[in-house]
Order: sequence, then structure tokens, then C-alpha cells
Amino acid sequence: MSAAPCTSGSPRPPSDRVRERSPNESFAAATRARRLEVARCLSALLPSDCLLSREEELRPYECDALAAYRQQPLLVALPRTESQVCAVMRECRRLGVPLVARGGGTGLSGGAMPHAAGVLLSLARFDRILELDPLARTARVQPGVRNLAVSEAAAAFGLYYAPDPSSQLACTIGGNVAENSGGVHCLKYGLTVHNVLKVRGCTVDGELIELGGAALDAPGLNLLALALGSEGLLLVVTEVLLKLIPKPEVAQVVMASFDDVGKAGEAVAAIIGAGIIPAGLEMMDRRATAAVEPFVKAGYDLSAEAILLAESDGTADEVAEEVAAIEAVVRTAGATALAVSHSEAERLRFWSGRKNAFPAAGRLSPDYYCMDGTIPRRRLGEVLRAIAQMEEKYGLRCLNVFHAGDGNLHPLILFDANQPGQWERAEHFGSEILELCVSFGGTVTGEHGVGVEKLNPMCVQFSAAERAAFFAIKEAFDPPGLLNPGKAIPTLARCAEYGREHVRRGHARHPDLPRF
Amino acid sequence: MEAALAALQTAVREAHEARTPLRLCGSGTKDFYGESCEGSALELRSYRGIVEYEPSELVITARCGTPLSEIEAQLAGQRQFLAFEPPHFGGDPTIGGVIAAGLSGPRRSQAGAARDFVLGAVLLSVEGVMLHFGGTVMKNVAGFDVSRLLCGSLGILGPILQVSLKVMPLPREEQTLRFELGEEAALTAFNRWAGQPLPVSASAWWNGLAWLRLSGAPAALRAARAKLGGEAVAPEVARDWWHRLRHQPHAPFDGAPSLWRLSLPSTAPPLALGGPCLIEWGGALRWYASESPAAEVRRLATAAGGTALHWRGGAPGSRFHPLSAAVLDIHRRLKARFDPHGIFNRGRLVAGL
Repeated sequence: MSAAPCTSGSPRPPSDRVRERSPNESFAAATRARRLEVARCLSALLPSDCLLSREEELRPYECDALAAYRQQPLLVALPRTESQVCAVMRECRRLGVPLVARGGGTGLSGGAMPHAAGVLLSLARFDRILELDPLARTARVQPGVRNLAVSEAAAAFGLYYAPDPSSQLACTIGGNVAENSGGVHCLKYGLTVHNVLKVRGCTVDGELIELGGAALDAPGLNLLALALGSEGLLLVVTEVLLKLIPKPEVAQVVMASFDDVGKAGEAVAAIIGAGIIPAGLEMMDRRATAAVEPFVKAGYDLSAEAILLAESDGTADEVAEEVAAIEAVVRTAGATALAVSHSEAERLRFWSGRKNAFPAAGRLSPDYYCMDGTIPRRRLGEVLRAIAQMEEKYGLRCLNVFHAGDGNLHPLILFDANQPGQWERAEHFGSEILELCVSFGGTVTGEHGVGVEKLNPMCVQFSAAERAAFFAIKEAFDPPGLLNPGKAIPTLARCAEYGREHVRRGHARHPDLPRF
Repeated sequence: MEAALAALQTAVREAHEARTPLRLCGSGTKDFYGESCEGSALELRSYRGIVEYEPSELVITARCGTPLSEIEAQLAGQRQFLAFEPPHFGGDPTIGGVIAAGLSGPRRSQAGAARDFVLGAVLLSVEGVMLHFGGTVMKNVAGFDVSRLLCGSLGILGPILQVSLKVMPLPREEQTLRFELGEEAALTAFNRWAGQPLPVSASAWWNGLAWLRLSGAPAALRAARAKLGGEAVAPEVARDWWHRLRHQPHAPFDGAPSLWRLSLPSTAPPLALGGPCLIEWGGALRWYASESPAAEVRRLATAAGGTALHWRGGAPGSRFHPLSAAVLDIHRRLKARFDPHGIFNRGRLVAGL
């Protein structure tokens, strides 16, 4: 799935804002010379079909699914074996060449955007499930295996791999590890960090290390937690041991309409307050349902200000009990209409709109920009009202889909990159949403990662000392700083240039001032 | 609490400047665990109290010195609990100590470990600065996951001043079943059961009996009981059994000079270590009172795909399973950057660090 990575629906680069500046002649000559030199060194370590260096071969690797940020790499390496990965990494270290690892290229924060002077290391050929042990309920896989392929292989044993990001058809396990990916079932079944037992990877020195293990406890510091969500800054993953869980016998979804988003938010709190942990708990606002309904024909209530989807799974009796309990709670919370899925087809139809929200946004507007802030659930109403005001301020529309169960918002800002100034407005709109999330005690990224995209908002979320601690970790794993440099953690200089102050979570500097 | 915090900050800053090692102290319930260390005591119990608890957000935030009993009582009042079932070891540990040690109870194999429930943490740096990592939300991938790194760090990167933990609703019903099974048959049964959609919340085997705890909705428990058979254990007997296993897992081996805690793949066959074995976590945790030489225990554990911790007995400095050279290098560099003069719990987790 590494082909055509620059064609997905997120923002195209506006013609006046292409990131790669047109290089002057001497710079181009120097790049060509360096490319030749590094290619010569790497060609001794890799078969000829594992190295790409011609302009037209490099172009598909210029960006991941956040196409607004592009950069041509010096070279692309597509190793087939772990020893080739280690050899390439040793050589890059010797030459001082930066290295950016890439999985399915579906990332939404530019984490796999190449480095101008670096090698783009694609793990696309590491696409084998090495071992599936039904008794131990584990799958040992290579990083280029697609997320959904694991569950498909495990299905024969009544097992599956729980994290299910919406890109699960195309995204790879290596990328999931790099981003600590989530999905719609996280509240009950956890994120990638809760479902990975062991990561094997290559350090910047070209040495193999194993973090975690097939056993549940590993000695020493919990380095596995650092590797998960490290965005390729600490090591290059070559093998992952995944935890598989039994497939529930039955799943059913309750769909409830509300005439007010705040009430829908309160219904979420009431469900959890009643001691119920639904397998999935999602919300869409009116704009979002209006956008997806013509596309998926799920039967959404288009008069509702918000609809809530709550899924229950387990044994047939257990699900029947839980669904009845959820129905009672949402009715009390003021639901104006209720529907319960009575077949698997109907359940999937209820979900179809939520799963297709992004492509639907792409039909409504030439471009859209997907945000990924997380907030404490109880602040949902306030955040949505603030976003509505920002729509007026920036003159752009925004659809809201929301992993309500875990407070993860995905506002989709609609814009047209061909209209001058719209992309800049969308970016500022997005930053304001993220900074609002931080001031409410949330975070700038729930599951898409920082990448290149959220470096500025990171300055607002973390103090200089906290960012220094992140760099300390980076240096402990990668002393020469060659792995995905410039991503995920903003430098002091960058934050100074950005000029916004660090906001202590949940305590805005001037809490008395109205914010919207 | 401002004064307690200021005192800690000053004590740490001074120790860092004077290069005086500190020994981080909570309630002392886990002083026996891992390696001991030298240094002047840094008393953390004074920085205490629940900062925030919002049941519908499923999060509790507390300062490090808060007694676990206080947190558990607050949660129970809202029919919630810490699903990793932290052991008390016969005392009342502080929440800081619970997270620094990172130990989990019988529910670990199904619900997850202590680290899986850590959402955020505040670390006190050697400069006496408060560093906030993670937060109070379920999903957060901004920056490296330092809060989960701190869980199980035994204080070697600094004192954890505050933690935010995910909490879960108490199961509506519990039922324990008991089966007469040999060790090997129990291991197979545990693994087979775990691969089916059954509401298992804990499992253990001791002395010819396999114990299986089911937790959840009454309907799910009824269905599981019909499927599994076994002898239904009286509620008070079951409560007592899981209580002892959680808080005093080593109790069956009291008096044995050398006790090993092996973390193994759950499917590993019984090991030839002699003496009785207590199995927890569906086969993933095994206790042996073995007199075999440490090297032999470690060799067997490694060959089975796991590691061995010398819970009681053993030579100082060699209680934890050794780390590979490359992983040890990363530990050294992390310690050097977080605590360049080695003032925090030196040697408590890894010899020399």
C-alpha cells in the first residue's frame, strides 16, 4: 500500500505555498553529488531493486496523507530483510545521513515526510505475518503488515487485533506502533500501547534490540512505552508481537438523536456514569451527518443536532441487558429519537457514516483539514460552541466527528486550497482549536501524532523543561540525532519564533478572560 | 500542599548540587522489593491528597503521598476501582509507590498492568522543576510517553509527584469456579479459556486446584458458568483467596529462603525447577521456591521466553533479570540525562544506575 501516497484527500499544497523551495543551481548540484555518493555506498549493501534515486521514483514518497507538507528525499531504500535494515542504518550513521522510516504512508501529521538530505526507509516489503499462535493469542508480524490483515488472519481462530484506526485497510502495524494509533474501540479495548507485547527494532547504531516480551513483565525501565508513539525518532521497528483477543459473540449499536450537542455530551457522561463501558461511543454533529447521509444512506436523523452511536458487545444475553441499559440512560438524557441495530448489516450501516466521514468531507469541499485534539469529555459542549464561533471568525466551515468515549475530537475544516489565503486560515483555525483543547486540560493530538504538523501547538502544551526531557530521551536512543530529525518535538528556537506561551493544562494563564 | 512541595523541591535541588544520593520513601511497603539503595531519605508522604476525581471521566488524579486506601475508598463510593488491583503487601502503600513499583494484582492478564492505566504523571526533575507528561485524557500521543516510562522506574529518574490514572466501573457480579487439574492441564485450560469470549478476570493454580474468577454482567456470568462447569466457590472463600493472592502472593512460600517470580509466556510448559509452583495470570506469572543456582533459574526462564526476578533471597545487585547490552546502554544514557549525578535511588532498579 505504499504506492500513490500523495493522492489522498487531505490538503493539497497551494501553488504559492509548496514547502520545497525551488533550489538554486549550486544547491541542486550539491544534492545530486550527495545523492550519488550515498547511493554508491548503499548499493553495496542492497540489491539494485531496493534503492530508488531517480526523480520520478522519489516523487511518490514526497509526503504521507498530510499532502500539504512535501519534501523529496535524497534516496529511497526498500530493504527486504532485517539485516539489510541494520546495514543501511549503520551506513547512514557512518555517513551522517538522516533516516526517515515509512509504513503505509497513511499518517495524518506528516510524520513520514522525508528529510531533504536523508534516506527514506520504506518498510513496505516487510509484509509477512511470521507466526500466529492461537493458544498464546499472539501474532508475530513484520511492520509492513496492514492492520486489517492481522484480524483477517486471526479470524479463523475466533480472535482479532483490537486497535482499528479508520485507515485500517491501508495503514501498517509499523506505522501504528510509531503513532500509538487508536480507533473507535479504544475506551474498552485500548490503544496500540495496550495491545503490543514486544517490539523488535534496529537502533541508530544498526544494532537489534527487543523491548517488552512474550511474557507480560520485562525487567528494567518500561522502554516499550517510549517506543510506542515515538514517531520514528527512537528506532526503526522490524518486528512486532501483537496481542490478539477473542471476538465477541454479538455486537449491537444504539443510535440516539439529540436536539443539542451539549445534551449529547451529557448522555455520554451518563452512560459511563452508569458503569457501562461501551465497545464504541461516537458522536457526529448535524453538519457531519448532513455531509455523510447522501453518500452512505445510513438513515441518520438529519433534524438532530447530534447523533450518538453506542456499541455493546459480548454474549447475546449480556448485550441485550447492556443495550436496554444504554437505551434507558440516553432517553433520560433527552434523546429525541432512538434506533437499535437488529442485524449485522444494520449495525454496519449505522457505523458506515462515521467510518466514511473523511471521504464525505472530501465530496463537500475541494480540501479538508482534519484535527485531532482530545479534551475531558465534560467540556465537549463548550468546545463545540467555541468551534462554531471560530467558523465565523475564519470564514470556513467545520464538520465535527468525535470519539466521544475517549474525548478525541476530529473537527474537519473545509477549505479550498486554490482560493488564496484559505489554507493559511484553515491552519490558524486548526491551531486555535488545538490550543483550546490544551487550555481545557486536553492534548493537541489524541492519535494522529505530532509529525511536522503540530510542532507549534506542542510549544503551547509543553514547557521548555518538558521539551528538554523529550530531547533527552531522543538522545538516549539516538545520540547522533539521525532518526526522523525535526519531527514530533519542537526546538526552543522554533517555539520562540512561534511566540505563544506554554499553557499549563487545565489552567489557562488568564482564566477570567472570555475565550470565545 | 505548597509548603510540602517547596520543601521537596529544595531538598532535591540541594541534593543535586551537593551530589548527595537520595532514597525516595513512601510508606515502605515495598522496601523488600528489588535492590536496596543508599542515601538520605526523601520523605514523599507529606505531598498528598486527591487533586481531581470525576467519575464520568473515568480518571483520578492524586499526589504521590496519597494513601492507596484513601483512593480506593473514594473510588468504591462511586462503584469504581483500580482495575490493575495493586497489591498492598500488608500495609497501606502510597499511590506514588504503587506507580513507581508498577506491580499489578490478579486481574493483570485480563485488565492490564499498572502502566496501562497511567494517563499522566508529574516528575520532579533534579533541578527541582515540575515536569508534566501525559494528562487526564484517554488518548494522548503528544510527546514521548514519559508517564508510562515512570511506571515501574523505582524512582531512578526522579520522584513521581502526581499521577492521573484511568479507573473502571466495578463489575456488577463476580463468581469464582474451581477445577481439580494438574499443572500442565491447568496451563492448557487457562490458555484455551482466554481465547474464548468469556468474562474471565483472574486465574490461578496451586496445589492441584485451578481457580477461575469471572466478572461482569450477570447474564455473561450465567452463560460462562453453563459453558465451563467446575465447582462454584462460596463468595467468602473466593474473596479470601483472591485477597491473599493480591496482597501477599508470596504467602504460600513463607519460610522459604529463596523465592523466584518468573514472568513467562502463558503457554510455556512447567519448568524443571523443583518444589511447588504457584501460577497466576493464566500461566504468565509463576512463583517457585527454588534452591537452584540463580544462573540455572535464569537459564530456564530465558529458554522458555521469559525472565526471572529473585523476589526473596539472592545476591544484592542481581535480583532483577539482567538486561541486554544494547538495552542497558539506553538505560545508562537515560539515567545520565535525567539524573547526571545519580542522586535518585541509585542502584534500586539497575546496578550502578
